Amino acid sequence: MTGTRSFKSERFDFASFFFSGLTGLATLLIVGILATILINIFINGFPGLSWHFVSTIPKKDFFDLATTGVFPMIVGTTIRVMVMTIFVLPVGVITAIYLTEYAPAASLVTRTIRAAINNLAGVPSIVFGLFGLGFFINFIGKNLDALLHNPGPVWGQPALVWASLTLAVMTLPVVIVATEESLRAIPMGLREASLALGATKLETILKIVLPQALPGIMTGGILAISRAAGEVAPILFTGVAYYMASLPHHFSDQFMDLGYHVFVLSTQSPNIEKTRPILYATVLVLLALTFALNFVAILIRARVRKKLRALG
Amino acid sequence: MERHFDNEINALKERLLTMASHAEAAVNQAVQALTQRDLDLALRVKDSDSVIDQFEIEIDDLAIHLLSKAPLASDLRFVTVAMKISQNLERVGDEGAKIAKRARDLSKEPPLKLSVDLPKMSELALEMLKAALDSFVQRDPAAARALIPRDKAVDALHKDIQRVLTEQMTSDTETIKRCLNLMIAAKSLERIADHATNIAEEVVYLCEAADIRHAGKTGPPVT
Amino acid sequence: MAIPISPKLSVPQPTAAPGSTGASLIEIASLSLYYGPAKALKEISLSIRERVVTAFIGPSGCGKSTLLRCLNRMNDLIDGVRIEGSVKIGGHDIYAHDVDAIELRKRVGMVFQKSNPFPKSVYDNVAYGLRLQGMSKKSELDTAIEESLRGAALWDEVKDRLHASALGLSGGQQQRLCIARAIAIKPEIILMDEPASALDPIATSRIEDLIQELKKDFTIVIVTHNMQQAARMSDDTAFFYLGELVEFDSTTKIFTNPKQKRTEDYVTGRFG
Repeated sequence: MTGTRSFKSERFDFASFFFSGLTGLATLLIVGILATILINIFINGFPGLSWHFVSTIPKKDFFDLATTGVFPMIVGTTIRVMVMTIFVLPVGVITAIYLTEYAPAASLVTRTIRAAINNLAGVPSIVFGLFGLGFFINFIGKNLDALLHNPGPVWGQPALVWASLTLAVMTLPVVIVATEESLRAIPMGLREASLALGATKLETILKIVLPQALPGIMTGGILAISRAAGEVAPILFTGVAYYMASLPHHFSDQFMDLGYHVFVLSTQSPNIEKTRPILYATVLVLLALTFALNFVAILIRARVRKKLRALG
Repeated sequence: MERHFDNEINALKERLLTMASHAEAAVNQAVQALTQRDLDLALRVKDSDSVIDQFEIEIDDLAIHLLSKAPLASDLRFVTVAMKISQNLERVGDEGAKIAKRARDLSKEPPLKLSVDLPKMSELALEMLKAALDSFVQRDPAAARALIPRDKAVDALHKDIQRVLTEQMTSDTETIKRCLNLMIAAKSLERIADHATNIAEEVVYLCEAADIRHAGKTGPPVT
Repeated sequence: MAIPISPKLSVPQPTAAPGSTGASLIEIASLSLYYGPAKALKEISLSIRERVVTAFIGPSGCGKSTLLRCLNRMNDLIDGVRIEGSVKIGGHDIYAHDVDAIELRKRVGMVFQKSNPFPKSVYDNVAYGLRLQGMSKKSELDTAIEESLRGAALWDEVKDRLHASALGLSGGQQQRLCIARAIAIKPEIILMDEPASALDPIATSRIEDLIQELKKDFTIVIVTHNMQQAARMSDDTAFFYLGELVEFDSTTKIFTNPKQKRTEDYVTGRFG
C-alpha cells in the first residue's frame, strides 16, 4: 500500500474560527453591558446604603438622605410579589396541565387558548394596570363592597390584593409556558407505565408527572417573580401608594413599592442632585431584593431537584 | 429477495451433488472391476474412498456453519437433510469400496463359471440413487415417493442371486470362497439401494415436512 | 443374552396445535382497528391459550403492537382510534360499555420496549401499583415487594439497595424491575412489547428464562421482531402482515414447516 496521508488539516478553517470569535464577542458584549449597569448602580448606590436606610419608615419627606428610609417599600414589594405567586402558580399550573394532558391536540378550543396565552404575553404592562383598575377595582371590588354592605369603599379602591392579582394575570403566560415545557419534557413512557398499572389519569398526573415537573414549575415561578418585582405600571392604579404612615396589614390596604419610589424620587424631587444618591440606593435595594427573592427560589428548586435525583 | 444465505445453501447443494457423482462412479467402477476382473481398477476404487470420506467431513462442516446462523423452516430442513444425505452417500462410497475389495480378491482366483447378474443389480441400484438425487435437486416429493417401491425389485434380485450362489456352494465346495465374495458384493448392492431409499425419504421430509421413515415396520412398542 | 431395550427417550413434545388442548383465555373475534380513516387491523380472529407464551411476529408496521395494545385498551389513549369486532377475556367483552379500563389494566399488565421505571426508589416502583389498590401496611408491602422481585429474578441484586433510585440500575435490571412492578399486582395476563430489544445478549437471555418461569403463573403475550427469540420462547406464534393475521399455529410448526408461503418467506428472511 502506498503511503497514507497524515491527519493534519490541509488549510486553516476561517469560517469556524470567525464564527466562534463572533459568538464569544457577543457574549462579552452582553456580560459587559450587564456589568456596566450593575457597577454603575453599585458605585452610585452603595454610599447611600445604611442600616438606617433599609429599616426606617420615613416621615413624609423622602428627599433627605439622613432621614429617609425604604423599609415600607421593601415590605410592600416583597408582599405583593409573594401574594402574586400564591395566585399565579396554581392557576398557571392547572392551565398548563389541562393544555398538555387533557386537551385534544388540535381542537379549535385548544388553539384558541394558546393564541390567547401568546397574546397575553405581548400586552404592554400599562394596559394590565388599566385592566386591573377597570376589572378588579371598579367591577369586582365595587360589587363586593355592595354585597358586603360596606359603608365606604373597602374593596372598590386600590388594594394589595388587586395589585397582586393584576401582576398574576400579567405573569400567567410565563408560568404556563414554563410548566408546559417541563410537562412535555417528561417522557410519555412514564405516563404509559403508570396507566398500564391501573392508575387513572389524575393519579398519574399527581403521583408521577407533577413531582417530576416541579423544578420546571419553579423555574416559571422564578421568572414570574423576577418580572413582577421590577414592574411599576401594573401597580400604578391598582394598589401602590405615594405615602403610607404604617405597613400594610390587610389585603385591602395599599402599599409602598421600591420601583414606584424611584419614579416618585425622580419626578417629585425639588433638588435632583441631593436626591440622586437616594435614587441609586433605592435601585440597589430593589436589585438586591430581586436577587434575594430569586436566590431563595433557586435554592428551593435545587433542593427539589436533588431530592428527585436521589430517589424522588 | 436474494439472500447471501442462499449462496451458502447452494454451495452446500453443489458439494452434495459432487459427492454423489463420486459415489456413483465408485460403485460403477467397482462392479466393472468385478465383472472384468480388473485388479488395477479395483485397487484404484478402494483407495479413492478416502476422497468420499473427506466430502462428508467438508459437508458436515459447512452444514454446522449454516446451522450456527439459526436457519428456520425450509432452510432448517434443508441443512439437516443435507447432513443425512451426505451420511448416506458416504456409506454408498464404503459399499463401493467393499465391492472393489471383493473384485480384487476375485481377480486373484480363477474365474467362476457362473452367470450371476450383478451388473443388472448394480444398474437398478444406481438408477435408484440417481433418481433420489434428481428428486432432491428438483425438490420433487412425488418422484421421491415413486422410487421407494423399486427397492422391492432389488431385494428380489438379491434373493435370487443368493439362491443361485448357495446352490453353487453346496454343489461344489471348491467354489465356496469365490461364491462368498460374490454374495458380499451382492449384499453391498442391496445396501446401496437401501441408501437410495433413505435419501428419497429425506427428500420427502425436506419438501413436505412429513417423516415417512420406518413406515410399515411393525413390532411391539418399546416401553 | 438379553439385549437391553433402551427406554423410550422423552422427547419434548411440541405443544399441541392451538385450540386442541389448554383453555383459551383471550378470544379475539373479527377485530378491526382504525386510526381515523386508516385501517390498521383487519378482522383479526385469534384464540390465546392460558398460561402459555404466545408470540406475535411480523415486519414493522404489521399491526402486532397495535393488537397487543388492544388487549389492555392502551389504544384508548390515542385520539381518533375506532374499534370494530370484539375482544373477550375470560368470556367478558373488554370493550363493553360498562367495562372500566382502569380495572382491566389491573388484570392485564404491560411491559414496554423501552424500560420505564419511575424516578423513584426500587421499593416505591414495585409498590406503586400496590399502593394504588390501597395496600399501605409496611409489612404487607414488604412481603409483596420481595415476592415480586424474586419472581422477576431481581431480588438478590437489589435487596441491599431497595431504597436507592431505580435509575441507577443497568438496562437489564431496569427491565426486570418493570416486570416485577407489573407482576406485583398479580395480573392474569402480562403483555410484553419487545421487552428485550434494547438489551444486550446476556440480559436478553435472562429475560427469556424469566418468561419461561413466569408462564407457570401468568398468560404471556409477547411481541417480538426477533425470530429466534420467538422460536426459543413461545409455545404459539401468530404471524401478522399489513394488519392481517396470516397464520397462527404452534411455534414449532411455524418455524419448521409453516403452511403459508408468506410466513415461510418472512421466517426465512426472504421478505424484501
